[in-house]
Amino acid sequence: MIAHRVHRDLARAISAVENGVTDYRGALARFTALGSASNGTTARKRADVIGITGPPGAGKSTLVDRLIEGVRAAGETVAVIAVDPSSPFTHGAVLGDRVRMQRHAGDPGVFIRSMASRSAGGGLAPATRDAVRLADEAGFDVVIVETVGVGQVELEIVAVADVIVVVTVPALGDGVQAIKAGLTEIADIFVVNMADRPGANASATDLKHMVREGKRDIPVLQTIAQDGTGVPELLAALNKKRDGDDSNAVRAVRFEIVRRARDEAVRGALAALDTPDAAAVLDRLRDHELTRNDAIDALQHIFGGTAHAH
Amino acid sequence: MPIKVLVAKPGLDGHDRGAKIVARALRDAGMEVVYTGLHQTPEMIVNAAIQEDVDVVGVSILSGAHMTIFPKIMTMLAEREVDDIAVVGGGVIQEADIPKLKEIGVREIFNAEASTQDLIDGIERIVAQTGRDRSRREAAGTAGAGQAASR
Ligand code: B12
Ligand SMILES: Nc1nc2c(ncn2[C@@H]2O[C@H](COP(=O)(O)OP(=O)(O)O)[C@@H](O)[C@H]2O)c(=O)[nH]1
Ligand SMILES: [Mg+2]
Repeated sequence: MIAHRVHRDLARAISAVENGVTDYRGALARFTALGSASNGTTARKRADVIGITGPPGAGKSTLVDRLIEGVRAAGETVAVIAVDPSSPFTHGAVLGDRVRMQRHAGDPGVFIRSMASRSAGGGLAPATRDAVRLADEAGFDVVIVETVGVGQVELEIVAVADVIVVVTVPALGDGVQAIKAGLTEIADIFVVNMADRPGANASATDLKHMVREGKRDIPVLQTIAQDGTGVPELLAALNKKRDGDDSNAVRAVRFEIVRRARDEAVRGALAALDTPDAAAVLDRLRDHELTRNDAIDALQHIFGGTAHAH
Repeated sequence: MPIKVLVAKPGLDGHDRGAKIVARALRDAGMEVVYTGLHQTPEMIVNAAIQEDVDVVGVSILSGAHMTIFPKIMTMLAEREVDDIAVVGGGVIQEADIPKLKEIGVREIFNAEASTQDLIDGIERIVAQTGRDRSRREAAGTAGAGQAASR
């Protein structure tokens, strides 16, 4: 069990890093109730970090609620970090993930923290990674990170989680196209939630075909988060991944490679923007000779040329 | 840093229209709002406030149960030695009860006459008064931790 004062100190430590008052190490030093479980002497088992990602409304929070139930039933404690997007305009946010997990609000073995993404991208909050490490220090056995699967988030979650569950819902027709091929790179487990809706079997079959093209063995499961159907199977798959090889290192390296590729692409684009050709396009834009869309098309043409030249 | 507010609906009270309007208005004013959903016990509200480390807990009560719910929340916060989270309320609360609630530490009551701008201004004022300035909160954390270690 985790003491109430650990909850309070963990919560304050997360705020401190979230608000830039201190960094991770500073927070650990200040909030000494954290880490008192291990006291720095015994090599305590690190928390297993489970990432849950997928589009808004897929049922991630409802599923997390079920996972909390399962993890607790197995006698483990769990911290949840649930990230919701901040408004890019007002920077405000309504953080609603907690609503679905309130059954556990009285259980001292459960800590739930909502975080606004505080970034334009609407992905993971900058402090999410530190929050996860702090929850680990506080002695939680499992940390679950829920994030909205848009933009680059899928890549960010890789840096944080040991096991990643990508949640989708049955969709008509173009269901699987909605799941970018890149997700097979990061998913450890695919879940087709809302299996009570039509099309679940077809979506799962499509996903299985997609998975088979890849190199890794990724289970494709179906759940109904609302009533818990399929959740025991998901917990079993998670436990198998948690007990298996430490895929953390492999994952981190993969992430680093993708990040470098992304950075290189950005550098390439910036360099291309500095060429005389691109400057000429931008000059014409400035002089009202081109519309924005025309300028973008022209620049894409230039980038395409650069890319082909490589 | 954005002000963080917990908007909570305690007990059997199913009137959630106001709470949802308040949550959105505060968001649009740049605050980070955690909404608990319906049917919260005082313990759930206090736990959520602590875990979320909010600046303000806003309790919305239209059922008439405010004279039992607010004292429970205030007592429980005191038991957990939380003195830096402000509690405010809204909904249908009789004028005569407001001084009694303020006496037990509720900072402000916003009834139906309050405009959303009143709520925003009120909460910003209360947070400024509480001095729940982030660096001071950090200092408070250091002091608390030190005490715990020396106990
Ligand atoms: C709409 C309404 C309903 C709707 C609710 C819909 C919904 N999902 O919300 C329905 C029809 C379902 C309903 C049902 C009932 N209702 Co009704 N309802 C109302 C009514 C007419 C308006 C409430 C409302 O939505 N107002 C609009 C919102 C925006 O205003 P607000 O909630 O007051 O919020 C504002 C402020 O109070 C403040 N605020 C509110 N919360 C918070 C929180 C924070 C943090 C802050 C800062 C500010 C703040 O800011 C808001 C914006 O200014 C009121 C009458 C009234 N005058 O209030 C009765 C009223 C609340 N209901 C009443 C009753 C008795 C009932 C029922 C028991 C009736 C019955 N016998 O079945 C049921 C109970 C349902 C339940 N499970 O709880 C009584 C309560 C009596 C009491 N307190 O002693 C009232 C007062 C009517 C009356 N005069 O008798 N009701
Ligand atoms: N029909 C059905 N609805 C579900 C299921 N799981 C979640 N929901 C509902 O879908 C909505 C969004 O769920 P939520 O967990 O908030 O999704 P999130 O945005 O991905 O976190 C809620 O109304 C849930 O009750 C499911 O398996 N079947
Ligand atoms: Mg959610």
